[in-house]
Amino acid sequence: MTTATTGPAADRTAAKAGKPKPATMAQALQRAMRDAMAEDPTVHVMGEDVGTLGGVFRVTDGLAKEFGEDRCTDTPLAEAGILGAAVGMAMYGLRPVVEMQFDAFAYPAFEQLISHVAKMRNRTRGAMPMPIVIRVPYGGGIGGVEHHSDSSEAYYTATPGLHVVTPATVEDAYGLLRAAIASDDPVVFLEPKRLYWSKSDWSPEAPTPVEPIGKAVVRRRGTGATLITYGPSVPVCLEAAEAAQAEGWDLEVVDLRSLVPFDDETVCASVRRTGRAVVVHESAGFGGPGAEIAARVTERCFHHLEAPVLRVAGFDIPYPPPMLERHHLPGVDRVLDAVARLQWEAGS
Amino acid sequence: MDSLQQRSSTVQEPPGAVPAYRPTPPPAWQPRTDPAPLLPETEPLRVLGTDAVADADPALLLRLYAELVRGRRYNTQATALTKQGRLAVYPSTTGQEASEIAAALALEDRDWLFPSYRDTLAAVARGLDPVQALTLLRGDWHTGYDPREHRIAPLCTPLATQLPHAVGLAHAARLKGDDVVALAMVGDGGTSEGDFHEALNFAAVWQAPVVFLVQNNGFAISVPLAKQTAAPSLAHKAVGYGMPGRLVDGNDAVAVHQVLTEAVARARRGGGPTLVEAITYRIDAHTNADDATRYRAAGEVETWRAHDPILILERELTERGLLDEDGKRAAAEAAETMAADLRERMNADPVLDPMDLFSHVYAEQTAQLREQAAQLRAELEAEGEA
Repeated sequence: MTTATTGPAADRTAAKAGKPKPATMAQALQRAMRDAMAEDPTVHVMGEDVGTLGGVFRVTDGLAKEFGEDRCTDTPLAEAGILGAAVGMAMYGLRPVVEMQFDAFAYPAFEQLISHVAKMRNRTRGAMPMPIVIRVPYGGGIGGVEHHSDSSEAYYTATPGLHVVTPATVEDAYGLLRAAIASDDPVVFLEPKRLYWSKSDWSPEAPTPVEPIGKAVVRRRGTGATLITYGPSVPVCLEAAEAAQAEGWDLEVVDLRSLVPFDDETVCASVRRTGRAVVVHESAGFGGPGAEIAARVTERCFHHLEAPVLRVAGFDIPYPPPMLERHHLPGVDRVLDAVARLQWEAGS
Repeated sequence: MDSLQQRSSTVQEPPGAVPAYRPTPPPAWQPRTDPAPLLPETEPLRVLGTDAVADADPALLLRLYAELVRGRRYNTQATALTKQGRLAVYPSTTGQEASEIAAALALEDRDWLFPSYRDTLAAVARGLDPVQALTLLRGDWHTGYDPREHRIAPLCTPLATQLPHAVGLAHAARLKGDDVVALAMVGDGGTSEGDFHEALNFAAVWQAPVVFLVQNNGFAISVPLAKQTAAPSLAHKAVGYGMPGRLVDGNDAVAVHQVLTEAVARARRGGGPTLVEAITYRIDAHTNADDATRYRAAGEVETWRAHDPILILERELTERGLLDEDGKRAAAEAAETMAADLRERMNADPVLDPMDLFSHVYAEQTAQLREQAAQLRAELEAEGEA
């Protein structure tokens, strides 16, 4: 994401002009944990390499130094053990924030996640909530080798009892993580790896207002069609919408931010305005979130639709090797092709 | 070695070149602990029938006896309730009441119990209402009690997955400065699960105040111990984690109580976790749905009946003059009263509110769940009107 306007040179220019240095998503996430830990002594960060190293993506940088190793703990290398221990800690009144180092490394913890984290409130009839945040760096586009680029959101969204959220902007990274830590329910917090180094003028001095999770946001207003997307695909859709402008297509972009709970209201209001919709995400299309979203939109907006709801998703393949990932990941062209398939001009 | 030196001496190094690579020995490695004190006893610890029993507190012996008799009656009553269709399933602990109960009684009120699905007796020994302990198996709500009120985690049906919870809770308690100990129970089969390994490793690294109790009852449903592990004993597994392993006769209530009390005290004073293996036997089948005659011989069961935990404790109490026929009758009557109460309350049809399906999924219902709740409410109203 280093460009002429956001690179180190630009930082120096900004600093000279007295402007705040642009913050990265990784820094905003770190700040969210830091602020939560400072406000609430029951918040504990734990995972592999989160302490001394500050996380392999440096998202937990400095937390162990500031709050001590009891509050930011390097655990043994065992995902089920980490999440299982977090369950016991939550039972005793702590609020663990767990880091799963990479998407595909979270799979050994699925038993704990599905059988205990997601169900504990339900099986104890509300007596034992699980205020745990499971931070999962997810998705491709960073040239990661096998098992480092999965988009695993469908597994999480299929599990009742979990909230599933994913930020696409630096501001949301802070706001959503604060909200996730404050939530009395477990939240799977999906961090788009390739946006860790994206920047904005967000400043920790003027933190984002924290609102409860579950609200989608319209990132770009448009009248012709709605692109429904989230996480790493949001910048792709915004870029596609800009490119579409040249074709005379005026696209609206909805950033879901939260997959569970799902904001039917914002999504359907948009689709009713535009009459056309494309769902865009990286994970496999078959049984993916797009299938659910397309079905929901069709059920609720059928009479407003001028065209079937289309999906632009990753192929139904295991995540490809880095040299081929650009063919797999939905890019601007593939989004624009789908928009074209919405039969833009009636009768064409 | 000589030939190597000879060969290298023949190589002419040009002046100023980097000296040839010479392997150096690895940095000195020291074992961090002497495994010997961590190793379990060669023979399981027994107190009943040995000279050591003289030290046992008579009040404790009598209390254990009354609890064991009550526990046995609970097992037979619950098994009968499955035949009457009042319980979906009941995993009996007949034959292993001593390890269940004596272990639970080693805990203080402030401590926590993490039971598996078979450990209803441990929960009841801790004071849980016998009916509340059965809601899971009855098909009523999954956990019939508030875990925080009783400091008993929900009865856990996936194997060994409650062990990391015990570690996390004990760790959290220690961070908060509370001298709370967690007792985590698992069967012999559960020791093969990955969560068993991860829990023991975390506990040892964190020096968490946890006691792991493996109740080795010989079979994981139908699979005997020999097909479960090649370890000399399950207690031996402790050594690899850096915690002591203890081996105890699980049918000897006094020995179990003694070993668990020591392990709990050790954890409470900051000494870290202990792995205890209690060797016992499940006299009944795995559950009422199981046919144990397919995988074990009648003779084997009879051998264990002779080592029945109630029988060997009763013999001790009788020999010491602590128990006579009146005492036995009193214990049996108390157990019968419990069983009658359990029977009566379990025979009442529980009334469940279907709308509760949506009440405890999230702290606040999502819009989607509100919609689905409205759908169910409409269906219920239509049923009511029909």
